[in-house]
Amino acid sequence: MAVVTPPAPPAPGARAPRRLRPSGRPRGDLRAAMVFLIPATVGFVVFYLVPAVRGAWFSLTDYSVLAPPQFVGLDNYRRLVDDPLFWNAMGVTGYYVVINIVVQTVVAVGLAVLLQRMTRSILVRGAALLPYFVANVVVALVWFFMLDYQIGIVNVLLGKVGIDPQAFFGDPALALPTIALINVWRHMGYTALLVFAGLQTIPPQVYEAASLDGASAWRQFRSITLPLLRPVLALVLVVTVTGSFQIFDTVAVTTGGGPVDATRVIYLYIYDLAFAQLDFGYASALSVVLFAVLLIVALVQLRLLRAGESDNS
Amino acid sequence: MSTTTTTPSTAAGPTTAPAGPRRPARRPIPWGRIGGWICLVVILLITIFPFYWMLRTALSDNRALALEADSLLPAEFTLDAFRRVFGLTTLEESLAQGGAGGRINFWLYLRNSVIVAASITLGQVLFSAMAAYAFARLRWPGRNAVFALFLSALMVPGIFTAIPNFVLVKELGLLNTFPGLILPTFFMTPFAIFFLRQFFLGVPREVEEAALIDGAGRARVFLRIVLPMTAAPITTLAVLTYITAWNEYFWPLLVGQSDDVRVLTVALGIFRSQTPQGSPDWSGLMAATLVAALPIVLLFVALGRRIVSSIGFSGIK
Repeated sequence: MAVVTPPAPPAPGARAPRRLRPSGRPRGDLRAAMVFLIPATVGFVVFYLVPAVRGAWFSLTDYSVLAPPQFVGLDNYRRLVDDPLFWNAMGVTGYYVVINIVVQTVVAVGLAVLLQRMTRSILVRGAALLPYFVANVVVALVWFFMLDYQIGIVNVLLGKVGIDPQAFFGDPALALPTIALINVWRHMGYTALLVFAGLQTIPPQVYEAASLDGASAWRQFRSITLPLLRPVLALVLVVTVTGSFQIFDTVAVTTGGGPVDATRVIYLYIYDLAFAQLDFGYASALSVVLFAVLLIVALVQLRLLRAGESDNS
Repeated sequence: MSTTTTTPSTAAGPTTAPAGPRRPARRPIPWGRIGGWICLVVILLITIFPFYWMLRTALSDNRALALEADSLLPAEFTLDAFRRVFGLTTLEESLAQGGAGGRINFWLYLRNSVIVAASITLGQVLFSAMAAYAFARLRWPGRNAVFALFLSALMVPGIFTAIPNFVLVKELGLLNTFPGLILPTFFMTPFAIFFLRQFFLGVPREVEEAALIDGAGRARVFLRIVLPMTAAPITTLAVLTYITAWNEYFWPLLVGQSDDVRVLTVALGIFRSQTPQGSPDWSGLMAATLVAALPIVLLFVALGRRIVSSIGFSGIK
């Protein structure tokens, strides 16, 4: 989902008596708060908290929905260690995330710098953002047609410059990169706008000083933009990587995991296990593992990129 | 614009400020800027072209597509694809036009998508706003801990809760019903609460306190003061929520398979898998994707300015 700028905090000026409250509310607003929170709490408990606990419990059981769950201890976790399809799915997902994130981040930073330097037009930024708001399924199908082996416009154009048509979704070596690049197309404008917002925080005086010292544009980008952008990039990466790991829609509508499991990402594998094979216990164990992987990856990123600190001092 | 901007608002060409070393008379041709514009235009073309191609193909005759695969204009302009998608053709007509045999009716799926997305938006925005107000403005013990707990749900991958939620919806007998599709995101999402809390924090306390001293209750302050003052971000959130609900594929795929509650995204997936291998109904498929994408594109065109300027970063998905 979108990431949004908080508004300016209220002017921090002279505001002395913060606790000036009407009398008769000694214990704060507990009762009002409870009323205000009832619906959201129902939603949180019923559809987030209890399911999370239940999911963890399912992962310790043999459960096919038709019969009640049978406790089996850590069997599901032992099973995944020797499951080649699980390791294949993790490998495929990792490969997808690497292509998707590397290309997307490079393109987005480039686009953000271009937007910053070239134009203030909100129309241009809006156009760049548009693909992000179109459903994954729609994006997948449009590209599925454009990349069709016989009459897809991409292959027609390739033919005009003398390149043989490519089976973008049928060739095991091409299918996953193709899907990764389709999602780059969908997300690059959005990511660029996040980076763009980060660029706005870099004071222009820094660039002016560097220009006076004779630094080239590239040098300025490397020595000013990138280091000052690092905390923003770290947050953007955590958000995009977490999303990237959960790739499902595009694969489900185009290749369905094929050819020969080349695009069977972890989300799709879990989906198949649960809803096609009714193996809810094992599927839950895999989603627990996926959750753990996401947490670790996020923590490692924040650590490596030292997101909390800024070079801006 | 973003609150993070530090540039003094000189309207006259702030774009030139961070450009490279620039000596007044020496460089008549700014190659760097030309190159930059070329890159920008290429990226925008790549961004926009698929939308045009969707339209062009939807307006084409399906059998003519193969012959005029490289034509930039519709191949033998016709509205037949839309007639097929909305079930206005008989089976024979449909087959003669190069369509699939299966009967499809996107009016129904369009209606279902509207019902689901509108219900989710109404409930989620209202209830999340109430919760956000309690987190932003009311004082009560444990507030920060509960807020952190709500936010922690952001890190949980969807599929982890989707499996038990599916079981729950099944136990409640709500599979293939609108409540089953709507309920999980009807009451809150962590993102919505986080988003609105940010804006409620920005409402000056003094206004509220004046009303409280005048004897207004919390509910009244919330409805009459806080909500009107934050109408703009609430609208933005409503639009984002609607778009997200409209585009959702995974959850409706799990619990909304039957025809009477099937939403557009699921219908598109089925349409795609039904197309015969030899000669798919491409123009029909593109007409269907256009039907699914168009409301969002229109919404985006109408309210895009607000959405674009609301995108900043605070590190939350």
